[in-house]
Amino acid sequence: MADSVLKTAGDVPKENRLGLKALDYGGGKSTLCAGCGHDAISNQIIRAFYEMSVSPERVVKFSGIGCSSKTPAYFMSRAHGLNAVHGRMPAVATGAMLANKNLLGIGVSGDGDTASIGLGQFMHMVRRNIPLIYIIENNGVYGLTKGQFSATADEGSKLKSGVINDLPPMDLCALAVELGCGFVARGFAGDPKQMVNILKAAIAHDGMAVIDVISPCTTFNNHEGSTKGYQYSKEHQELLHQIGFVPSYEQIEIDYAPGEVKKVVMHDGSTVLLKKLEEDYDPSNTLQALSRLHEAVEAGQMLTGLVFLKPEKKSFLEMLNLVEEPLASLSLDRVRPSREALAQIMRDLM
Amino acid sequence: MWIVVESSARTRQTSAGFKSKYNFRHQSTVKETSVSDSSVATAVLEPEGAAKGSPSVNDLTIHVATVNGSGSQSSNSVLMRSIFQMGIPVSGKNMFPSNIAGLPTWFTIRANKDGWIARKKEVDLLVCMNVATAREDVEALETGSFCIYDAPLNCKSIRNDVIFFEVPFSKLANELSDDSRLRKLLTNMIYVGVVADLLGIERDEMIVALEKQFKGKKKAVELNVKAIDKGLEFSRENLGKQELFRLERMNKTAGKIIIDGNAAAAIGAMFAGVTVVTWYPITPSSSLCESLIDYLKQYRIEEDGKANFAVVQAEDEIAAVGMVLGAGWAGARSMTSTSGPGISLMSEFAGLAYFAEIPGVVWDIQRVGPSTGLPTRTSQGDILQVFSLSHGDTQHLALFPGSVEECYEFAAEALDLAEMFQAPVFVLSDLDLGMNNWMSDPFKYPEKEIRRGKVLTAERLQELEGKWGRYLDVDGDAIPYRTLPGTDHPAASYFTRGSGHDAYARYSERPEDYKDTIDRLARKYDTARKFVPKPVIDRHEAARIGFIAYGTTDFPLQESRSQLKREKNIETSYFRLRALPFTSELKAFIADHDRVYIVEQNRDGQMGDLIRLEVGEDQRKIRKILHYTGLPCDARFITNAVLTLEEEAP
Repeated sequence: MADSVLKTAGDVPKENRLGLKALDYGGGKSTLCAGCGHDAISNQIIRAFYEMSVSPERVVKFSGIGCSSKTPAYFMSRAHGLNAVHGRMPAVATGAMLANKNLLGIGVSGDGDTASIGLGQFMHMVRRNIPLIYIIENNGVYGLTKGQFSATADEGSKLKSGVINDLPPMDLCALAVELGCGFVARGFAGDPKQMVNILKAAIAHDGMAVIDVISPCTTFNNHEGSTKGYQYSKEHQELLHQIGFVPSYEQIEIDYAPGEVKKVVMHDGSTVLLKKLEEDYDPSNTLQALSRLHEAVEAGQMLTGLVFLKPEKKSFLEMLNLVEEPLASLSLDRVRPSREALAQIMRDLM
Repeated sequence: MWIVVESSARTRQTSAGFKSKYNFRHQSTVKETSVSDSSVATAVLEPEGAAKGSPSVNDLTIHVATVNGSGSQSSNSVLMRSIFQMGIPVSGKNMFPSNIAGLPTWFTIRANKDGWIARKKEVDLLVCMNVATAREDVEALETGSFCIYDAPLNCKSIRNDVIFFEVPFSKLANELSDDSRLRKLLTNMIYVGVVADLLGIERDEMIVALEKQFKGKKKAVELNVKAIDKGLEFSRENLGKQELFRLERMNKTAGKIIIDGNAAAAIGAMFAGVTVVTWYPITPSSSLCESLIDYLKQYRIEEDGKANFAVVQAEDEIAAVGMVLGAGWAGARSMTSTSGPGISLMSEFAGLAYFAEIPGVVWDIQRVGPSTGLPTRTSQGDILQVFSLSHGDTQHLALFPGSVEECYEFAAEALDLAEMFQAPVFVLSDLDLGMNNWMSDPFKYPEKEIRRGKVLTAERLQELEGKWGRYLDVDGDAIPYRTLPGTDHPAASYFTRGSGHDAYARYSERPEDYKDTIDRLARKYDTARKFVPKPVIDRHEAARIGFIAYGTTDFPLQESRSQLKREKNIETSYFRLRALPFTSELKAFIADHDRVYIVEQNRDGQMGDLIRLEVGEDQRKIRKILHYTGLPCDARFITNAVLTLEEEAP
């Protein structure tokens, strides 16, 4: 029923509203392992940006270090990309967004890059509400250094070598909610329909959008005893709701029983539709979001969906009250105060 | 051979080893090894100025010892400003603890008719207000100097070869106010009155200075005038006259400004069109960005109330520099300011900026390291660290402002060079320059266009039919072209990475690609030699001795040269270095002299080592004079060191 009621990523048109083809959103050839969840996410990103008709030249891609952080080279080659140092993508992304507020930023990080070395920068970026789609491709292991546990690995999960993780995992969604993020979602690389709609909603969101995506590592964390593998994730995925997305230029053409679907109007006029599945979940309720996340951990569920959504929160760029034109392209006459201004300053110092 | 000489030139030792990153033979080095200057008597070769007995006019050093957080800063500013307004060249140095309130602090004002405004070690007048340091401060005085002290300290019992003036400050303050907190502040203003009476500072000028200090707050001004008058009156009626020093009106400061280097840098950056500023608080650099924020709010808000700048207080220095680079990459003119510990943290990003060729400016207001070091004392100890900041082969552009005026100018120069060379640019100031007050000519309005480097626009890409390579050396100067994110052309984008890449910004681990890139970066650094600020050279045909210095060492060095000429008739040449990479003039200067003294404020002679590497054979001519107590270098130290080394090894 859900699919027929809600507008979901269904048929893909041959050209988008800019007259671009899906191919125009493609990237370089991936060098990741066959079947890597990260590659699935890259494809979902391509599809979301294509279908949302975002000009790739307007997009900027950021990443840190790790398998996940390689992926910006594998989608949207027509967008500028910056592969920063380990765990420090938030800082460079912040700087770039300050320099040019017309850019649409997407950052791709991993659980090592975000939850360990980059945790401080991640938290401060959330706190500032920098407008950026921040994707954590979460597989619970350090892939590029051959399979060490990360800080999101579940307690009791087992490495291929038999080592058991005995530390509790960090829940980056809960952390983002706690820090006041206006858009927090969890997806699963193996569920493209949900992911594409989450990504579209994130594109429409003006502010930081944190998307923690369970993205199985086929080489180091997809075995018996792993809690981030395909099999385990499929079996344990628990949908919070079904997500539909209707861009501003389309009519909402669905019928729904009152109370069955929650509508959230985004900053750009588009609408996010959340069809409740299990309970009356209010995604703008911080306490409910946190308690549901904790319950899921207790119950061994991999809860997915839009955990928290409050589009009205002011972004950092709004708070800075910046001029319309990007700071990067302001002409000298605007950024150099007058001769009289300097004379005034000098007089005050005499 | 190398020599270690204490500042007093009393003890000498010879050592065979040299513990530095670089090992050279035939080194001649003079180092100041005393922990505290004030505890070491100084061998003055010849007394300066008039002989004691007849007043010395407009040439003295006032040393005020108080407690941190007691409000003495305002009093000292008024004192300094009044002297400045009387037309007498003056400088003020705050020697403060890393503490908010309660620890000893000293403020030194030097007035000098000839315009020597470096630190002078010998104190002529001590204002002794702090019980914790009274004995030490009085004992450090030279015979024949004089001391105003708070009565309960009973300083006159400490020694009898100093002229003492006892003032019952608490009693006088009690007569002014019932408020105990206020009385503490007024006590400090009372000493201003006492000093003014004893030295001849004009009352009218003090009132002007007070109005400036309290920004026209009438009540505060009135109360403080009363305090100054109290001091003047007490002194006149009770202390009698002193015949040692006088301050008299002259006309050497007309049209000059007083400013600290950090504020000067802030003004420079604002007029150079900085648009993204990030920072993390750290002494002694915080006031740079704080001043900048104040100025930007005043002068860079447009008519519609919108800001044409962005400032972020980052979570740490790593984030601060990361934001600068993100902004620089996206086309903004961006900067941050920090000090040594921040530079250490920025190391990894510095490597990214160098290798991926991203512009950004980092001010380093140097303090004493390593580690936390002496956070409120000055140093030139970050030279080698900044030069090669990051792992791997790196060479960074660095500028060394030697005055507040150059802080202003280099703020613009650094932003231009960063964009021209698509590289991080470090500006190395220090605590002495950054936080202390300096006299200067007013800054000139920038007439030059800003230089934004090689950027391909969408139109240009159209002409090139989209054919370009991000790291291609098209012009033979090793500086490639870049595009900015958001450029509306399908071929504009490229992928920026700190990993290996080829000329088209493609990931590469091919040996040829790596070597091509890293060699081109070295060539790019060579290109910069022609564009960085040239040294300021004062060449004397007859001179066999040359000096090389940079930054704040300029002030004592200039004075030392004058001492050497006046007292020993030694003619010297002087090369004031202003940038890395070195320019072509360096080798010629060393070749032209028999002995070259490199004077700097660190233990290892860091710049000296870089110069040795640069000049090859001529390195045998190089001798190091090193001052590193945390206090600014003074002229007499340099003069004594040169004379010692000249005597030992002519």
